[in-house]
Amino acid sequence: MTSRRGAAISLRGVGRTWSQADGRGAGVEAVDLEVRAGEFVCLLGPSGCGKSTLLNLIAGLDFPTVGAVEVGAARVEGPGPDRTVMFQDSALFPWLTLRQNVAFPLELAGVPRAEVRSRVDEALRMVHLFRFADAPVHTLSGGMRQRGALARALVSDPGTLLMDEPFAALDAQTRDVMYGELERVWQATKKTVVFVTHNVREAVRLGDRVVVMATRPGRVRKLIEVDLPRPRADADRNANLLAAVVMNELRDEISRVQREEADDAWTMGASPGAPGRRLGVGGGL
Amino acid sequence: MLARHARDGALWLAIGVSFRRLALGYAMSVGLGLTLGVAMAGSDAVRRGLGPIVTGLQALPSVCWLPLGLLWFGLSDAAILFVIVLGSALGVAISVDAGCRNVPPLYVRAARTMGASGVVLYRRVILPAALPEILTGMRLAWAFAWRSLMGAELLFVAGGLGHLLETGRELGDLPQVVAVMVVIVVLGIVSERVLFDWVERRLRVRWGR
Repeated sequence: MTSRRGAAISLRGVGRTWSQADGRGAGVEAVDLEVRAGEFVCLLGPSGCGKSTLLNLIAGLDFPTVGAVEVGAARVEGPGPDRTVMFQDSALFPWLTLRQNVAFPLELAGVPRAEVRSRVDEALRMVHLFRFADAPVHTLSGGMRQRGALARALVSDPGTLLMDEPFAALDAQTRDVMYGELERVWQATKKTVVFVTHNVREAVRLGDRVVVMATRPGRVRKLIEVDLPRPRADADRNANLLAAVVMNELRDEISRVQREEADDAWTMGASPGAPGRRLGVGGGL
Repeated sequence: MLARHARDGALWLAIGVSFRRLALGYAMSVGLGLTLGVAMAGSDAVRRGLGPIVTGLQALPSVCWLPLGLLWFGLSDAAILFVIVLGSALGVAISVDAGCRNVPPLYVRAARTMGASGVVLYRRVILPAALPEILTGMRLAWAFAWRSLMGAELLFVAGGLGHLLETGRELGDLPQVVAVMVVIVVLGIVSERVLFDWVERRLRVRWGR
Protein backbone atom coordinates (compact mmCIF):
# COMPACT_ATOMS: atom_id res chain seq x y z
CA MET A 1 0.00 0.00 0.00
CA THR A 2 1.11 3.53 -0.69
CA SER A 3 2.36 5.49 2.26
CA ARG A 4 -0.30 7.67 3.86
CA ARG A 5 1.81 10.77 3.44
CA GLY A 6 1.76 10.73 -0.32
CA ALA A 7 -1.97 10.10 -0.56
CA ALA A 8 -4.08 13.02 -1.71
CA ILE A 9 -7.24 11.00 -1.25
CA SER A 10 -7.63 8.04 1.02
CA LEU A 11 -10.64 5.79 1.47
CA ARG A 12 -10.40 3.23 4.26
CA GLY A 13 -13.04 0.58 4.79
CA VAL A 14 -15.62 2.82 3.18
CA GLY A 15 -19.18 1.60 2.90
CA ARG A 16 -22.33 3.44 1.94
CA THR A 17 -25.64 1.66 2.15
CA TRP A 18 -29.20 2.88 1.96
CA SER A 19 -32.12 1.60 3.94
CA GLN A 20 -34.91 0.00 1.93
CA ALA A 21 -37.08 3.08 2.43
CA ASP A 22 -34.81 5.67 0.86
CA GLY A 23 -32.71 3.39 -1.31
CA ARG A 24 -31.49 5.78 -3.96
CA GLY A 25 -28.06 5.15 -5.39
CA ALA A 26 -25.82 2.15 -5.64
CA GLY A 27 -24.33 1.00 -2.36
CA VAL A 28 -20.63 0.33 -1.87
CA GLU A 29 -18.86 -1.93 0.59
CA ALA A 30 -15.40 -2.13 2.13
CA VAL A 31 -13.63 0.12 -0.34
CA ASP A 32 -9.95 0.81 0.29
CA LEU A 33 -8.32 3.22 -2.11
CA GLU A 34 -5.37 5.58 -2.02
CA VAL A 35 -4.92 8.21 -4.69
CA ARG A 36 -1.53 9.91 -4.88
CA ALA A 37 -1.22 13.65 -5.34
CA GLY A 38 -1.20 14.49 -9.02
CA GLU A 39 -2.40 11.04 -10.02
CA PHE A 40 -5.12 10.42 -12.60
CA VAL A 41 -7.34 7.60 -11.38
CA CYS A 42 -10.28 6.20 -13.31
CA LEU A 43 -13.14 4.45 -11.52
CA LEU A 44 -14.51 1.99 -14.04
CA GLY A 45 -17.54 -0.22 -13.82
CA PRO A 46 -21.02 -1.01 -15.09
CA SER A 47 -24.04 0.91 -13.84
CA GLY A 48 -24.86 0.07 -10.26
CA CYS A 49 -21.27 -0.52 -9.14
CA GLY A 50 -21.31 2.61 -6.99
CA LYS A 51 -18.62 4.54 -8.84
CA SER A 52 -20.65 7.74 -8.70
CA THR A 53 -21.44 7.02 -5.07
CA LEU A 54 -17.71 6.91 -4.32
CA LEU A 55 -17.20 10.18 -6.15
CA ASN A 56 -19.99 11.82 -4.15
CA LEU A 57 -18.36 10.61 -0.94
CA ILE A 58 -15.05 12.19 -1.95
CA ALA A 59 -16.88 15.35 -3.05
CA GLY A 60 -18.57 15.57 0.33
CA LEU A 61 -22.03 15.54 -1.23
CA ASP A 62 -22.73 12.31 0.63
CA PHE A 63 -21.28 10.54 3.65
CA PRO A 64 -20.16 6.95 4.24
CA THR A 65 -22.13 4.77 6.62
CA VAL A 66 -18.85 3.11 7.67
CA GLY A 67 -15.20 3.90 7.15
CA ALA A 68 -13.40 7.15 6.54
CA VAL A 69 -12.83 9.37 3.53
CA GLU A 70 -9.88 11.72 3.76
CA VAL A 71 -8.69 14.34 1.35
CA GLY A 72 -5.32 15.90 2.08
CA ALA A 73 -5.23 14.02 5.43
CA ALA A 74 -8.39 15.80 6.59
CA ARG A 75 -11.66 13.96 7.00
CA VAL A 76 -14.28 15.01 4.44
CA GLU A 77 -17.03 16.87 6.27
CA GLY A 78 -18.77 18.30 3.21
CA PRO A 79 -17.99 19.99 -0.07
CA GLY A 80 -14.79 22.02 0.03
CA PRO A 81 -12.80 24.42 -2.12
CA ASP A 82 -10.01 21.83 -2.38
CA ARG A 83 -12.26 19.60 -4.54
CA THR A 84 -14.38 20.56 -7.52
CA VAL A 85 -16.74 18.35 -9.45
CA MET A 86 -17.65 18.01 -13.12
CA PHE A 87 -20.78 16.16 -14.14
CA GLN A 88 -22.05 14.48 -17.29
CA ASP A 89 -24.13 17.59 -17.85
CA SER A 90 -22.11 20.77 -17.70
CA ALA A 91 -24.48 22.19 -15.05
CA LEU A 92 -23.57 25.67 -16.25
CA PHE A 93 -26.34 27.96 -15.08
CA PRO A 94 -28.49 29.13 -18.00
CA TRP A 95 -29.30 32.49 -16.40
CA LEU A 96 -25.61 33.48 -16.43
CA THR A 97 -23.13 34.07 -19.22
CA LEU A 98 -20.11 31.80 -19.52
CA ARG A 99 -17.93 34.36 -17.77
CA GLN A 100 -20.41 34.74 -14.92
CA ASN A 101 -20.60 30.97 -14.60
CA VAL A 102 -16.85 30.60 -14.32
CA ALA A 103 -16.72 33.51 -11.87
CA PHE A 104 -19.40 31.93 -9.69
CA PRO A 105 -17.21 29.85 -7.33
CA LEU A 106 -14.79 32.76 -6.86
CA GLU A 107 -17.61 35.15 -6.01
CA LEU A 108 -18.95 32.70 -3.46
CA ALA A 109 -15.49 32.54 -1.93
CA GLY A 110 -15.39 36.33 -1.67
CA VAL A 111 -12.46 36.84 -4.03
CA PRO A 112 -11.94 40.56 -4.88
CA ARG A 113 -13.50 41.64 -8.16
CA ALA A 114 -10.29 42.50 -10.03
CA GLU A 115 -8.78 39.15 -9.14
CA VAL A 116 -11.96 37.34 -10.19
CA ARG A 117 -11.69 38.91 -13.61
CA SER A 118 -8.08 37.94 -14.22
CA ARG A 119 -8.52 34.41 -12.91
CA VAL A 120 -11.66 33.85 -14.99
CA ASP A 121 -9.85 35.11 -18.08
CA GLU A 122 -6.98 32.76 -17.37
CA ALA A 123 -9.27 29.77 -16.88
CA LEU A 124 -11.19 30.54 -20.08
CA ARG A 125 -7.94 30.86 -22.03
CA MET A 126 -6.81 27.53 -20.66
CA VAL A 127 -9.84 25.81 -22.21
CA HIS A 128 -9.81 27.97 -25.37
CA LEU A 129 -13.13 29.66 -24.67
CA PHE A 130 -11.95 33.20 -24.02
CA ARG A 131 -13.59 34.45 -27.20
CA PHE A 132 -16.97 33.16 -25.99
CA ALA A 133 -16.72 34.62 -22.50
CA ASP A 134 -19.86 36.72 -22.78
CA ALA A 135 -22.00 34.19 -24.62
CA PRO A 136 -25.17 32.89 -23.00
CA VAL A 137 -24.84 29.23 -22.13
CA HIS A 138 -27.49 27.98 -24.57
CA THR A 139 -25.48 29.26 -27.54
CA LEU A 140 -22.56 26.94 -26.71
CA SER A 141 -22.21 23.42 -28.10
CA GLY A 142 -22.03 20.39 -25.84
CA GLY A 143 -18.25 20.21 -26.05
CA MET A 144 -17.91 23.94 -25.36
CA ARG A 145 -20.16 23.62 -22.34
CA GLN A 146 -18.01 20.85 -20.92
CA ARG A 147 -14.92 22.96 -21.50
CA GLY A 148 -16.74 25.77 -19.71
CA ALA A 149 -17.50 23.42 -16.85
CA LEU A 150 -13.82 22.46 -16.78
CA ALA A 151 -12.87 26.14 -16.58
CA ARG A 152 -15.31 26.61 -13.72
CA ALA A 153 -13.84 23.59 -11.94
CA LEU A 154 -10.28 24.86 -12.41
CA VAL A 155 -10.78 28.53 -11.63
CA SER A 156 -10.72 28.10 -7.86
CA ASP A 157 -7.45 26.15 -8.21
CA PRO A 158 -8.50 23.03 -6.27
CA GLY A 159 -6.01 20.28 -5.54
CA THR A 160 -8.46 17.65 -6.71
CA LEU A 161 -10.71 17.43 -9.73
CA LEU A 162 -13.61 14.98 -9.49
CA MET A 163 -15.22 14.01 -12.78
CA ASP A 164 -18.44 12.02 -13.13
CA GLU A 165 -18.59 10.74 -16.73
CA PRO A 166 -17.97 14.25 -17.99
CA PHE A 167 -17.73 13.30 -21.66
CA ALA A 168 -20.37 10.57 -21.81
CA ALA A 169 -22.95 12.80 -23.51
CA LEU A 170 -20.59 14.08 -26.22
CA ASP A 171 -20.23 12.75 -29.75
CA ALA A 172 -17.16 10.63 -30.48
CA GLN A 173 -15.15 13.31 -32.30
CA THR A 174 -15.74 15.95 -29.63
CA ARG A 175 -14.93 13.41 -26.95
CA ASP A 176 -11.61 12.65 -28.60
CA VAL A 177 -10.74 16.34 -28.61
CA MET A 178 -11.76 16.60 -24.96
CA TYR A 179 -9.41 13.75 -23.97
CA GLY A 180 -6.53 15.74 -25.39
CA GLU A 181 -7.70 18.96 -23.72
CA LEU A 182 -8.14 17.30 -20.35
CA GLU A 183 -4.78 15.55 -20.54
CA ARG A 184 -3.06 18.82 -21.44
CA VAL A 185 -4.79 20.76 -18.66
CA TRP A 186 -4.06 18.02 -16.16
CA GLN A 187 -0.37 17.95 -17.07
CA ALA A 188 -0.18 21.73 -16.91
CA THR A 189 -1.96 22.08 -13.55
CA LYS A 190 -0.82 18.88 -11.78
CA LYS A 191 -4.24 18.23 -10.31
CA THR A 192 -5.23 14.99 -8.68
CA VAL A 193 -8.03 13.60 -10.82
CA VAL A 194 -10.66 11.01 -9.99
CA PHE A 195 -12.53 10.20 -13.16
CA VAL A 196 -15.66 8.05 -13.19
CA THR A 197 -16.50 6.22 -16.40
CA HIS A 198 -18.13 3.10 -17.79
CA ASN A 199 -16.01 3.32 -20.93
CA VAL A 200 -13.00 0.98 -20.92
CA ARG A 201 -11.09 2.79 -23.68
CA GLU A 202 -11.65 6.11 -21.98
CA ALA A 203 -10.27 4.73 -18.72
CA VAL A 204 -7.18 3.24 -20.39
CA ARG A 205 -6.63 6.33 -22.48
CA LEU A 206 -6.68 8.76 -19.56
CA GLY A 207 -5.83 6.97 -16.34
CA ASP A 208 -2.55 6.37 -14.56
CA ARG A 209 -4.49 3.67 -12.80
CA VAL A 210 -7.84 2.06 -13.48
CA VAL A 211 -9.97 0.92 -10.58
CA VAL A 212 -12.22 -1.84 -11.89
CA MET A 213 -15.33 -2.09 -9.77
CA ALA A 214 -17.79 -4.89 -9.15
CA THR A 215 -21.50 -4.68 -8.48
CA ARG A 216 -23.86 -5.74 -5.72
CA PRO A 217 -22.43 -4.71 -3.52
CA GLY A 218 -20.27 -2.10 -5.22
CA ARG A 219 -16.64 -2.80 -4.40
CA VAL A 220 -13.14 -2.62 -5.85
CA ARG A 221 -12.47 -5.68 -7.97
CA LYS A 222 -9.04 -4.90 -9.31
CA LEU A 223 -6.49 -2.10 -9.59
CA ILE A 224 -4.75 -1.90 -12.95
CA GLU A 225 -1.70 0.26 -13.59
CA VAL A 226 -1.65 1.90 -17.00
CA ASP A 227 2.05 2.30 -17.57
CA LEU A 228 1.90 3.67 -21.12
CA PRO A 229 3.44 6.86 -22.54
CA ARG A 230 1.20 9.87 -23.10
CA PRO A 231 -0.52 11.07 -25.10
CA ARG A 232 -2.09 7.72 -25.92
CA ALA A 233 -3.54 7.62 -29.39
CA ASP A 234 -6.88 5.94 -29.90
CA ALA A 235 -5.29 3.28 -32.13
CA ASP A 236 -2.30 2.64 -29.83
CA ARG A 237 -1.62 -1.09 -29.88
CA ASN A 238 -0.53 -1.41 -26.25
CA ALA A 239 -3.47 0.63 -25.10
CA ASN A 240 -5.79 -1.64 -27.04
CA LEU A 241 -4.22 -4.72 -25.50
CA LEU A 242 -4.62 -3.31 -22.04
CA ALA A 243 -8.20 -2.31 -22.83
CA ALA A 244 -8.87 -5.94 -23.73
CA VAL A 245 -7.44 -7.05 -20.39
CA VAL A 246 -9.62 -4.57 -18.55
CA MET A 247 -12.63 -5.55 -20.63
CA ASN A 248 -12.13 -9.17 -19.55
CA GLU A 249 -12.18 -8.08 -15.94
CA LEU A 250 -15.43 -6.27 -16.58
CA ARG A 251 -17.16 -8.79 -18.77
CA ASP A 252 -18.79 -10.97 -16.19
CA GLU A 253 -19.72 -7.89 -14.15
CA ILE A 254 -21.50 -6.43 -17.13
CA SER A 255 -23.26 -9.62 -18.08
CA ARG A 256 -24.42 -9.98 -14.50
CA VAL A 257 -25.98 -6.55 -14.67
CA GLN A 258 -27.51 -7.37 -18.04
CA ARG A 259 -29.07 -10.54 -16.68
CA GLU A 260 -30.58 -8.66 -13.79
CA GLU A 261 -31.87 -5.86 -15.93
CA ALA A 262 -33.13 -7.95 -18.83
CA ASP A 263 -35.11 -10.65 -17.08
CA ASP A 264 -32.80 -13.70 -17.16
CA ALA A 265 -33.44 -14.89 -20.74
CA TRP A 266 -30.48 -13.05 -22.21
CA THR A 267 -26.76 -13.34 -21.78
CA MET A 268 -24.38 -10.85 -23.18
CA GLY A 269 -21.64 -11.94 -25.54
CA ALA A 270 -22.79 -15.53 -25.71
CA SER A 271 -22.63 -15.59 -29.49
CA PRO A 272 -22.36 -12.11 -30.88
CA GLY A 273 -23.19 -12.04 -34.56
CA ALA A 274 -23.40 -15.81 -34.80
CA PRO A 275 -25.42 -17.03 -37.78
CA GLY A 276 -29.01 -17.87 -37.05
CA ARG A 277 -28.95 -15.87 -33.83
CA ARG A 278 -32.30 -14.42 -33.03
CA LEU A 279 -32.56 -10.99 -31.49
CA GLY A 280 -33.24 -10.91 -27.78
CA VAL A 281 -33.10 -14.65 -27.12
CA GLY A 282 -29.50 -15.77 -27.18
CA GLY A 283 -27.66 -18.81 -25.97
CA GLY A 284 -28.77 -18.26 -22.42
CA LEU A 285 -31.96 -20.15 -23.04
CA MET B 1 -69.49 59.65 -21.43
CA LEU B 2 -65.90 58.50 -21.30
CA ALA B 3 -64.82 61.79 -22.83
CA ARG B 4 -66.78 63.72 -20.23
CA HIS B 5 -65.18 61.81 -17.37
CA ALA B 6 -61.79 62.19 -18.99
CA ARG B 7 -62.36 65.95 -19.24
CA ASP B 8 -63.59 66.51 -15.70
CA GLY B 9 -60.76 64.36 -14.37
CA ALA B 10 -62.95 61.82 -12.57
CA LEU B 11 -61.67 59.01 -14.77
CA TRP B 12 -58.01 59.83 -14.27
CA LEU B 13 -58.53 60.26 -10.57
CA ALA B 14 -60.24 56.87 -10.37
CA ILE B 15 -57.50 55.20 -12.39
CA GLY B 16 -54.88 56.82 -10.20
CA VAL B 17 -56.54 55.66 -7.00
CA SER B 18 -57.01 52.12 -8.32
CA PHE B 19 -53.47 51.78 -9.58
CA ARG B 20 -51.95 53.08 -6.38
CA ARG B 21 -53.84 50.43 -4.46
CA LEU B 22 -52.95 47.78 -7.00
CA ALA B 23 -49.25 48.61 -6.99
CA LEU B 24 -49.04 48.66 -3.22
CA GLY B 25 -51.15 45.54 -2.76
CA TYR B 26 -49.28 43.64 -5.46
CA ALA B 27 -45.89 44.56 -4.05
CA MET B 28 -46.98 43.29 -0.66
CA SER B 29 -48.34 40.11 -2.26
CA VAL B 30 -45.10 39.38 -4.04
CA GLY B 31 -43.09 40.02 -0.89
CA LEU B 32 -45.32 37.81 1.21
CA GLY B 33 -45.65 35.17 -1.49
CA LEU B 34 -41.89 34.94 -1.98
CA THR B 35 -41.26 34.60 1.73
CA LEU B 36 -43.97 32.03 2.16
CA GLY B 37 -42.96 30.10 -0.96
CA VAL B 38 -39.28 29.94 -0.03
CA ALA B 39 -40.19 28.86 3.49
CA MET B 40 -42.34 26.07 2.07
CA ALA B 41 -39.70 24.98 -0.44
CA GLY B 42 -36.93 25.12 2.16
CA SER B 43 -38.62 23.17 4.91
CA ASP B 44 -40.77 20.08 4.66
CA ALA B 45 -42.28 20.87 8.04
CA VAL B 46 -43.43 24.28 6.83
CA ARG B 47 -44.83 22.81 3.64
CA ARG B 48 -46.73 20.11 5.47
CA GLY B 49 -48.09 22.68 7.90
CA LEU B 50 -48.89 25.54 5.54
CA GLY B 51 -49.40 23.77 2.21
CA PRO B 52 -52.98 22.57 2.82
CA ILE B 53 -53.94 25.93 4.31
CA VAL B 54 -52.49 27.84 1.36
CA THR B 55 -54.18 25.67 -1.27
CA GLY B 56 -57.39 25.63 0.78
CA LEU B 57 -57.56 29.39 1.05
CA GLN B 58 -56.93 29.61 -2.70
CA ALA B 59 -60.41 28.13 -3.12
CA LEU B 60 -61.94 31.15 -1.41
CA PRO B 61 -62.82 33.94 -3.87
CA SER B 62 -60.85 36.94 -2.75
CA VAL B 63 -63.85 39.25 -2.34
CA CYS B 64 -64.99 36.97 0.46
CA TRP B 65 -62.13 38.44 2.49
CA LEU B 66 -63.67 41.90 2.32
CA PRO B 67 -66.09 41.61 5.27
CA LEU B 68 -63.22 40.37 7.44
CA GLY B 69 -60.99 43.16 6.16
CA LEU B 70 -63.64 45.76 6.90
CA LEU B 71 -64.10 44.42 10.42
CA TRP B 72 -60.36 44.47 11.08
CA PHE B 73 -59.30 47.61 9.27
CA GLY B 74 -62.51 49.60 9.03
CA LEU B 75 -63.54 51.58 5.94
CA SER B 76 -59.99 52.23 4.80
CA ASP B 77 -57.54 51.44 2.03
CA ALA B 78 -56.02 48.87 4.35
CA ALA B 79 -59.13 46.73 3.95
CA ILE B 80 -58.75 46.80 0.17
CA LEU B 81 -55.03 45.99 0.38
CA PHE B 82 -55.94 43.11 2.65
CA VAL B 83 -58.23 41.71 -0.05
CA ILE B 84 -55.61 42.15 -2.77
CA VAL B 85 -52.89 40.48 -0.75
CA LEU B 86 -55.03 37.51 0.19
CA GLY B 87 -56.25 37.26 -3.37
CA SER B 88 -52.82 37.05 -4.96
CA ALA B 89 -50.06 36.29 -2.43
CA LEU B 90 -51.04 32.63 -2.10
CA GLY B 91 -50.71 32.08 -5.83
CA VAL B 92 -47.23 33.58 -5.75
CA ALA B 93 -46.33 31.35 -2.81
CA ILE B 94 -47.51 28.23 -4.60
CA SER B 95 -45.57 29.05 -7.76
CA VAL B 96 -42.41 29.90 -5.81
CA ASP B 97 -42.65 26.64 -3.90
CA ALA B 98 -43.29 24.60 -7.04
CA GLY B 99 -40.61 26.47 -8.99
CA CYS B 100 -37.98 25.90 -6.33
CA ARG B 101 -38.79 22.22 -6.08
CA ASN B 102 -38.59 21.79 -9.85
CA VAL B 103 -35.07 23.19 -10.06
CA PRO B 104 -32.85 20.47 -11.59
CA PRO B 105 -31.10 18.75 -8.64
CA LEU B 106 -27.88 18.90 -10.63
CA TYR B 107 -27.77 22.70 -10.34
CA VAL B 108 -28.07 22.38 -6.59
CA ARG B 109 -25.41 19.69 -6.40
CA ALA B 110 -23.05 21.70 -8.58
CA ALA B 111 -23.64 24.82 -6.49
CA ARG B 112 -22.99 22.90 -3.30
CA THR B 113 -19.66 21.61 -4.57
CA MET B 114 -18.77 25.24 -5.27
CA GLY B 115 -19.49 26.15 -1.68
CA ALA B 116 -23.07 27.48 -1.84
CA SER B 117 -25.48 26.67 0.95
CA GLY B 118 -28.41 28.12 2.85
CA VAL B 119 -29.45 31.65 1.94
CA VAL B 120 -26.70 32.00 -0.68
CA LEU B 121 -27.85 28.81 -2.38
CA TYR B 122 -31.40 30.17 -2.61
CA ARG B 123 -30.45 33.66 -3.68
CA ARG B 124 -27.80 32.75 -6.23
CA VAL B 125 -29.04 29.44 -7.61
CA ILE B 126 -32.47 28.14 -6.66
CA LEU B 127 -34.47 31.35 -7.10
CA PRO B 128 -32.78 32.32 -10.40
CA ALA B 129 -33.29 28.78 -11.70
CA ALA B 130 -36.94 28.87 -10.67
CA LEU B 131 -37.50 32.34 -12.11
CA PRO B 132 -39.42 31.29 -15.25
CA GLU B 133 -41.96 29.43 -13.14
CA ILE B 134 -42.08 32.17 -10.50
CA LEU B 135 -42.69 34.74 -13.22
CA THR B 136 -45.68 32.78 -14.49
CA GLY B 137 -47.06 32.78 -10.97
CA MET B 138 -46.43 36.49 -10.62
CA ARG B 139 -48.23 37.15 -13.87
CA LEU B 140 -51.27 35.21 -12.71
CA ALA B 141 -51.07 36.97 -9.38
CA TRP B 142 -51.19 40.32 -11.16
CA ALA B 143 -54.46 39.30 -12.81
CA PHE B 144 -55.79 38.01 -9.48
CA ALA B 145 -54.81 41.25 -7.77
CA TRP B 146 -56.58 43.30 -10.43
CA ARG B 147 -59.79 41.27 -10.03
CA SER B 148 -59.65 41.39 -6.25
CA LEU B 149 -59.22 45.14 -6.40
CA MET B 150 -62.19 45.67 -8.70
CA GLY B 151 -64.34 43.38 -6.59
CA ALA B 152 -63.42 45.18 -3.44
CA GLU B 153 -63.92 48.62 -4.95
CA LEU B 154 -67.36 47.66 -6.23
CA LEU B 155 -68.56 46.67 -2.79
CA PHE B 156 -66.86 49.33 -0.81
CA VAL B 157 -67.30 52.96 -1.84
CA ALA B 158 -64.01 54.82 -1.77
CA GLY B 159 -62.93 56.09 -5.17
CA GLY B 160 -61.26 53.96 -7.80
CA LEU B 161 -62.53 52.44 -11.02
CA GLY B 162 -64.76 49.95 -9.30
CA HIS B 163 -66.42 52.83 -7.54
CA LEU B 164 -66.92 54.64 -10.83
CA LEU B 165 -68.61 51.51 -12.15
CA GLU B 166 -70.88 51.34 -9.11
CA THR B 167 -71.77 55.03 -9.47
CA GLY B 168 -72.83 54.32 -13.04
CA ARG B 169 -75.20 51.63 -11.81
CA GLU B 170 -76.68 53.90 -9.15
CA LEU B 171 -77.37 56.58 -11.75
CA GLY B 172 -78.82 54.05 -14.17
CA ASP B 173 -76.18 55.20 -16.63
CA LEU B 174 -75.62 52.23 -18.92
CA PRO B 175 -73.02 53.95 -21.15
CA GLN B 176 -70.91 54.78 -18.10
CA VAL B 177 -71.10 51.23 -16.81
CA VAL B 178 -70.03 49.74 -20.12
CA ALA B 179 -67.37 52.39 -20.69
CA VAL B 180 -65.77 51.78 -17.31
CA MET B 181 -65.84 48.04 -17.93
CA VAL B 182 -63.99 48.59 -21.17
CA VAL B 183 -61.45 50.77 -19.38
CA ILE B 184 -60.94 48.04 -16.76
CA VAL B 185 -60.36 45.40 -19.43
CA VAL B 186 -57.97 47.57 -21.42
CA LEU B 187 -55.96 48.63 -18.39
CA GLY B 188 -55.78 45.04 -17.18
CA ILE B 189 -54.41 43.81 -20.49
CA VAL B 190 -52.06 46.72 -21.09
CA SER B 191 -50.57 46.72 -17.60
CA GLU B 192 -49.93 43.00 -17.75
CA ARG B 193 -48.33 43.28 -21.16
CA VAL B 194 -46.14 46.20 -20.19
CA LEU B 195 -45.01 44.56 -16.99
CA PHE B 196 -44.47 41.00 -18.05
CA ASP B 197 -44.06 40.58 -21.78
CA TRP B 198 -40.79 42.43 -21.84
CA VAL B 199 -39.39 40.59 -18.84
CA GLU B 200 -40.46 37.20 -20.17
CA ARG B 201 -39.03 37.90 -23.60
CA ARG B 202 -35.68 38.85 -22.11
CA LEU B 203 -35.74 35.70 -20.01
CA ARG B 204 -36.49 33.54 -23.02
CA VAL B 205 -33.64 35.09 -24.98
CA ARG B 206 -31.21 34.56 -22.13
CA TRP B 207 -32.27 30.98 -21.45
CA GLY B 208 -32.56 30.17 -25.15
CA ARG B 209 -36.13 28.94 -24.99
